[in-house]
Amino acid sequence: MSGAHDHHHKETFITKYIFSLDHKMISKQYLITGLIMGFIGIAMSLLFRMQLAWPGESFPIFETLLGKWAPGGVMDADVYLALVTIHGTIMVFFVLTAGLSGTFSNLLIPLQIGARDMASGLLNMISYWLFFLSSVIMIISLFVEAGPAAAGWTIYPPLSALPQAQGGSGMGMTLWLVSMAIFIASSLLGSLNYIVTVLNLRTKGMSMTRLPLTIWAFFVTAVIGVVSFPVLLSAALLLIMDRSFGTSFFLSDIFIQGEVLHYQGGSPVLFEHLFWFLGHPEVYIVLLPALGITSEVMSTNARKPIFGYRAMVASILAIAFLSTIVWGHHMFVSGMNPFLGSVFTFTTLLIAIPSAVKAFNYITTLWKGNLQMNPAMLFSIGLVSTFITGGLTGIILGDSTLDINVHDTYFVVAHFHLVMGISALYGLFAGVYHWFPKMYGRMLNKNLGFIHFWITAVCAYGVFFPMHFVGMAGVPRRYYENTAFPMFDDLTDVQILITTFAIIAGFAQLVFVYNFIHSIFYGKPATQNPWKSNTMEWTTPVERIHGNWPGEIPEVHRWAYDYSKTNKDGEYVIPGQDFVPQTVPLQDNEEEMHH
Amino acid sequence: MVSTLLTLSVLVLVGIAIWQMTKIFELSQFQTENSQVANDKDNKMNGYLMFAFLIFIYGITIFSLVKYTKVLLPEAASAHGSDYDTLMWISMAIIFFVQTLTQALLHYFAYKYHGKEGRKALFFADNDKLELIWTIIPVITLAGLILYGLYTWTEIMFDNAEDDPITIELYAQQFNWTARYAGEDNVLGDANVRLIDIDNANILGIDTADPNANDDVIVKEIHIPVGRKVHFKMRSQDVLHSAYFPHFRAQMNCVPGMVTEFAFTPTITTADMRQKKEIQDKVKRINAIRAEKAAKGEPNSDPWEFDYVLLCNKICGKSHYNMQMRIVVETEEEYNKWMAEQSTFGKSIAAN
Repeated sequence: MSGAHDHHHKETFITKYIFSLDHKMISKQYLITGLIMGFIGIAMSLLFRMQLAWPGESFPIFETLLGKWAPGGVMDADVYLALVTIHGTIMVFFVLTAGLSGTFSNLLIPLQIGARDMASGLLNMISYWLFFLSSVIMIISLFVEAGPAAAGWTIYPPLSALPQAQGGSGMGMTLWLVSMAIFIASSLLGSLNYIVTVLNLRTKGMSMTRLPLTIWAFFVTAVIGVVSFPVLLSAALLLIMDRSFGTSFFLSDIFIQGEVLHYQGGSPVLFEHLFWFLGHPEVYIVLLPALGITSEVMSTNARKPIFGYRAMVASILAIAFLSTIVWGHHMFVSGMNPFLGSVFTFTTLLIAIPSAVKAFNYITTLWKGNLQMNPAMLFSIGLVSTFITGGLTGIILGDSTLDINVHDTYFVVAHFHLVMGISALYGLFAGVYHWFPKMYGRMLNKNLGFIHFWITAVCAYGVFFPMHFVGMAGVPRRYYENTAFPMFDDLTDVQILITTFAIIAGFAQLVFVYNFIHSIFYGKPATQNPWKSNTMEWTTPVERIHGNWPGEIPEVHRWAYDYSKTNKDGEYVIPGQDFVPQTVPLQDNEEEMHH
Repeated sequence: MVSTLLTLSVLVLVGIAIWQMTKIFELSQFQTENSQVANDKDNKMNGYLMFAFLIFIYGITIFSLVKYTKVLLPEAASAHGSDYDTLMWISMAIIFFVQTLTQALLHYFAYKYHGKEGRKALFFADNDKLELIWTIIPVITLAGLILYGLYTWTEIMFDNAEDDPITIELYAQQFNWTARYAGEDNVLGDANVRLIDIDNANILGIDTADPNANDDVIVKEIHIPVGRKVHFKMRSQDVLHSAYFPHFRAQMNCVPGMVTEFAFTPTITTADMRQKKEIQDKVKRINAIRAEKAAKGEPNSDPWEFDYVLLCNKICGKSHYNMQMRIVVETEEEYNKWMAEQSTFGKSIAAN
């Protein structure tokens, strides 16, 4: 491999910043695209939260942003559903899948395993540009005549299949499906590349059991993606067939707007199975990278090894396996055979076990540490907090019996926003604060980081904790307003409270935007290893050269978590330094950690 | 247009204000030190904030419990509903216990062990006994919950032929519900959307040649006698809908092309429910809000009386938020009286 960097030639602006083959640049492209999509997605949520808190009220801002969809500043019911749909789609796929995995898998896999680049730089570049294309198509879909897709991010047919049922199911849904098909292609190319790179390009000494937990998480995430995303692709293709070519995969016996349609023999329940076969693993595609980042950030900043490395890897593998056999818990009341519901209850509640192990291991990692409260560390601790709060209510939703009455209510919305939305977003922020020096050679401002975290943390609970009560009061999700049911009238002040917290949280993100943009250009120059970390990316020069290491790739001699390790004499292994990088050979009076 | 510009400029100004404030804040930091890595002062401050945050989590929990418990659904009005509520409270109790404990540990450790120059962290990488403890305890707890849950699920979902239920078809379409009683014979006549004949008042596509259909009764409001099991058979003519009966802890999707089912036994009549204190409090509270709205001349402000209600709980299009039907639970006599007043399908077809 030593000759690999020899063939890197003079680069033009285009090959360096646009059609770059370098994993570090591609990672930044993913991050910026993901962040831009993220701010669109969050802005949308603020608009529909305003409608929920002050139903039917006229807001000039609605007319400005939504035009004909908000005549006189009053939001239309169709556009409400469209906003909910596109918010979900953007946040789940474009921000927390591509933005999170795309950014950090690309950045960290080669750097942390000791490789010059991804196995295929070309596939990697194509993967990003397909993602970019799918983002553009999704944004374009917002501007079509009859409005964007509005059938919910789960796009269940027949609603999503019939333009007669909903305006958004016309051209808007076609573009949604095209965008997602391209997105899936992008995701598959990326995932295959990650898997091959981790399996084949590890440097000398980097055995699988010495991999940092970030890499384990990215690797397993990629495997889940390769297993489940193709199934969504087939669901999307069959839906396109039903919509445009008259097949009946998901449709049967439909009478709409005064006429009987020709469809016969299909079943919407089949679509639900195909959708959730991806849809549930998707939750873990979003969450596992965030947990991997947390493991790394927490161990580094606690100046302690991650507690239970073996159990952490085992629980990632267990979660990955179980995640592919629990999808039916989204369908307990879909008309699926109740016996099947029992099986899915069983597998679903099992997943709580590896999740509990992870949570307790994080807590134990903090115990008797020397916690460096950098912004990344705060977001990691915050992640564990929301992961627990959100995860626990999964015990209710995963239980087929209890799901009956809270299914599709705001209880579900509160649950998944905490456990995967907020948690994964915290993982993304933790990653950005921690690896910004590696990406841009400069530091983010820590004080702005503290402000960003604390406002966000308070608001996240302020939004989603009371929301459980809204759900347990029986309020269904995806209602444009609740005024049609007087029994929900006394929930108005909860709605206003939630929306107020949401708006504050939304504006708090501007602190991050400022910090991010400002620090790229004016941040304090980073040192080579600012967080005193053990992993290999911090042995590369600050300048971020093509090929990552100027000379030979260093050899690895130990796992990534020798923080505060002492030798037989009770002294730090390296005198005066509480960390031992993976590239440092085993010392004479030291035992290797066996795990 | 003016107000639009005004809102936009306010938003822009707020943005600029935040931008400037952060900038000033940042500049004020320059004098001290500028490594952007947390120092002891940062560790201490954030450590204390972690502890404060724990109190905030407890605070918002107590606040929500005190302020919002009253908005939750009233006691279950169905036979299986009370089992449901018991299971819910057991699960909730476990969740609250675990939540309180783990959040305390997490945030207390974050506070207690905040970094100090010279502090030595404990090299503690593994402990099989601890790992075993927090694997086994969830396993046992979950095994209990799974067994209890599945037992209740089986009770609810699997039919018992001896129950002698009333059969009612629930028919969903954008954006309303229709109910069809099976009539004297308690057998629904065959139906298919291809047989819908709006001009001849056959809105549900009932097969007129099927003798079982003659005594079927089509209505826009469900009446059910208390204590008698009702077996709902659900159909949809266009998109997915979900029949959600929150007061009865019952829900099932309505799927075009297939018949789905759910059965429950109502235990409290509408009249009795209206007498319950929690319902009377709720009605009083809501009518106070509505009176306030009426005074301002706002819509949705006429006084409200409690009723059981059926909602649509699967996104079905523009008016999804307003797809409902009233449900009346009454005594056997009242039910029979009501039923006797309804016209059968056979009669209304003949009349056409």
